[in-house]
Amino acid sequence: MNALPKLACRHVWKLYGPGAESFLQANPDPTLDGIRSAGLIPAVRNANIDIKDGEIFVIMGLSGSGKSTLVRCLSRLIEPTAGELRFHGEDLRAMSNKEMIEIRRHKLGMVFQHFALLPHLTVLQNVAFPLSIQGRKKAEAEARAREVISLVGLEGREDYFPRELSGGQQQRVGIARSLAVEPELWFLDEPFSALDPLIRREMQDEFMRLQGMLKKTIVFITHDFDEAIRLADRIAIMKDGGVIQVATPEELVLSPASDYVEEFTRHIPRAKVMSVGAVMDKGAQGSGAGILLTTKIAQVAEEVVASDTPLSVVDKDGTPVGAISREAIIPILARAGG
Amino acid sequence: MSVRILRKPVFWWGVLFALTWLLSVYGKTIATGLDMKWLVKYPTAWVFPLKGMISDTMKWLVEDEGLFTMTTRAISWTVAQPYDLVRALLADGFDHGQGRDAVQILPPLSWITVIAMVMALGHYAKNWGLAALVGAAFAYLAIFGQWQSAMITLASVLIAVPIGVIGGLLLGILAYRHPRFDRMLTPVLDLMQTIPIFAYLVPILMMFGFNPVSALVATVIYAMPPMVRITTKSLNAVDPEIKDFGNMTGCTRAQMTWRILVPAAQNSLMIGVNQVIMLSLNMVIIASMIGAGGLGFDVLASLRKLDIGGGFEAGIAIVVLAIAIDRLSQAFAERAHVTAPKGTPWLARHPRTIVVAIVLIAALVIGYILPAFQTYPKAQTLTTGAFWDDSVKYLNINFYDQFEAVKIFFLKGFMLPLKWFLLSVPWPWMIGVVVLIGWRFGGWKLALMNLIMAAFIVSTGLWVKAMISVYLCGASVILACVIGIPIGVLAAVNARAGRIIGVVIDTLQTLPSFVYLIPVVMLLGIGDFTAMIAIVLYALAPAVRYTAHGVRSVSGDLIEAGVVSGCTRRQILTRIRLPLALPDILLGINQTIMLALSMLVITALVGSRDLGQEVYIALAKADTGRGIVAGLGVAFIAIIADRIISASARNARVRYGLEAAHG
Repeated sequence: MNALPKLACRHVWKLYGPGAESFLQANPDPTLDGIRSAGLIPAVRNANIDIKDGEIFVIMGLSGSGKSTLVRCLSRLIEPTAGELRFHGEDLRAMSNKEMIEIRRHKLGMVFQHFALLPHLTVLQNVAFPLSIQGRKKAEAEARAREVISLVGLEGREDYFPRELSGGQQQRVGIARSLAVEPELWFLDEPFSALDPLIRREMQDEFMRLQGMLKKTIVFITHDFDEAIRLADRIAIMKDGGVIQVATPEELVLSPASDYVEEFTRHIPRAKVMSVGAVMDKGAQGSGAGILLTTKIAQVAEEVVASDTPLSVVDKDGTPVGAISREAIIPILARAGG
Repeated sequence: MSVRILRKPVFWWGVLFALTWLLSVYGKTIATGLDMKWLVKYPTAWVFPLKGMISDTMKWLVEDEGLFTMTTRAISWTVAQPYDLVRALLADGFDHGQGRDAVQILPPLSWITVIAMVMALGHYAKNWGLAALVGAAFAYLAIFGQWQSAMITLASVLIAVPIGVIGGLLLGILAYRHPRFDRMLTPVLDLMQTIPIFAYLVPILMMFGFNPVSALVATVIYAMPPMVRITTKSLNAVDPEIKDFGNMTGCTRAQMTWRILVPAAQNSLMIGVNQVIMLSLNMVIIASMIGAGGLGFDVLASLRKLDIGGGFEAGIAIVVLAIAIDRLSQAFAERAHVTAPKGTPWLARHPRTIVVAIVLIAALVIGYILPAFQTYPKAQTLTTGAFWDDSVKYLNINFYDQFEAVKIFFLKGFMLPLKWFLLSVPWPWMIGVVVLIGWRFGGWKLALMNLIMAAFIVSTGLWVKAMISVYLCGASVILACVIGIPIGVLAAVNARAGRIIGVVIDTLQTLPSFVYLIPVVMLLGIGDFTAMIAIVLYALAPAVRYTAHGVRSVSGDLIEAGVVSGCTRRQILTRIRLPLALPDILLGINQTIMLALSMLVITALVGSRDLGQEVYIALAKADTGRGIVAGLGVAFIAIIADRIISASARNARVRYGLEAAHG
């Protein structure tokens, strides 16, 4: 893994209202009340995040928490009021309009909540659109478009117009379109929020399948904590424009930084986020072929409960590091729904 | 208790009205008693000579050979080229040589070809039904002997519309990109839409001369503003996610505009195109006064000769043409993209083009042998002129007394008292009233604006004519509301009535304003009453449409809440639907006023003595200053009415929580 984060975001602020910039220069670290009493609207407050190469980084927050603004700041769709953005170590905010256009054309991709498909173009033309904006030849663009369309499972629908498709299908087009340019950094802004629950689930699986193949670096926005837990390598939780906690799903559940975070985690089945390593009896001996340290408890629960003796736990090299017993996991399973 | 009454708006309005009434009755006596006659009659010596100044400037501009005349000639030449081409194609044919030596080298498109073309367009845009409708409309034009004039009118529309659409689109895009430009443009557009067309016919006539180009320029000026507005509005309304997508894809500004925004806003832009078409058609008729020829000229000529039948026929031809073009353009606006089957050959994918091409060639070739294929034979044309003449004669002979009775009833009971009231209120007090009302609804800004505009009208010596305009419009608007609002309510609460009313109102709105004059003059002769009826007919549509919309869009939950609380149908209507529809109804009244004012100049043809007549005289005498000043007078009345009513509609919406107090 690369030591340098793909995208680093340091002390990023976005305040709306007249005189926001000068206000921030005068008070480099204002409080929430300070901002509000100055007549400004805080959308993002002092955000610090690193997006690492190849990870799925989820930004989770309720509506109005600033997550959409933050992701738009990261891609400079919205100009931050203050702060630093480094893409591969390069200062993104210092780039000219022209350089930004080049980066967006070749290195960034984005999927939108309401799909943002162009209504006057067919599926094929929509997917080929970013390529044709780059000035690629029509035949070449369409060939590549067909490739990604089949990747998302929409072969045969190339000549349909967006409104002839269902919501889930439309979002597949949105995903295909953003993948057509092979982006290095892939933004997904609540991509599944507008879909029905069943379709949402299906699309999440589809998304994980794609990510298994493509191994993109992803910034994923959602207001749905379950979705965040399901998909994320790491999660940033936002409230009132500030980032409250950045952690893996397991860390969030085990040690929430505040009551606010805990409120979300309460309903999450522990067994699904906690790994075997977190509850094993360290150094103890166990029987069996050895369960991998990072396996989620839910996946092995049946096996552990069925066994009368503790089962052996191994690290990724296969060395035994401890044992897991029925007694250790039953309390976790018991408070499954909170 | 008494204090509470004082705070009520009823009290405020009551006092204002009572004072005005008293002053209208005793104003003259008071003025004479105080020896201040200027209170009731603005002295001629105080009139600011604005119109002379404008006329002189105009004269200087036109006579001075410089950049200005060069520009006008360049515009004139540029517009004339495509116009001559289209006119030759549709109406005149292509000639070689000049004047009498001219030899026709190619005839214009045969009537059969044109009908085939419009039917193909109808089928392409929608279905066989539309094809049949537009085909029948154009066949009507041929059979009833209106073909030549109709094609000249069509040629003007075909040139004016693209110029209006493209110009409007570009200005709209510019306004979208630069909010400051937008803020500058809005008042200009307001003026362009409220100054009566005739007012700028005069300067255009002086700049471009008496020819079709003048008419086209006037048409474009008149028809473009809605396109600009709709462009800016619909670009702003494009889903922000789509804009974000454009940026994320790395679109340049030009790519953003032409490949994302404009196509994404396509559907709303087509509404603008439809507006431009309808306004152009309306204007082309009026512009026939300055040399456009065509159907409008026929109507005008017949009106002048009091040839009722001829005027009516040309009028119907305009209606038929308008309906055909309107339905076609609406179908294009609503046309859905369809999934085209792949791999079909070009010929199979363009069946209509092929058919039209075959008809074109066939009609051209056969037309040389059988002239009937080229030009619809005169002997076969039908005319209904005599029929209309006879029916009017019959009605006038047998029902003259009844018509007179209705006319006198309205004149004595309603119109004359209103006229007398408005004319006898001393002008300083009337200005005061306008300012007070402005202050009440829109604060000091609106009050100040009203003051300036009213002062303009009085200081240019137009007070009396302005008051007659207000009286004529006011009477018409009141009548239009009395008729229109109940019809609108009916349309909203009864689905079947709603459909029928919808069709009637759509048709009324498609008709050019001129057309309304013809039947009314036929039956009622000339005068204020005729003018009022024509204005009511023309301005009725928005009152009906907005009322129906407002009543219909009251939320279903509220109606159910009413039903659950045990409201009768009547109570639901009067306690729930109507109060909540009030903002919409106010906007409808506003639109009605605008249309009524724009009709003023046209009713000047039937002898009203208001600002419209002033503009009309200016046109006849080619007096630029007089026309512009009177035109501005009408525009200012319109703007004052518009701002006051918009402000009160906004207040009502704020009161109901439909809109934030400042937003």
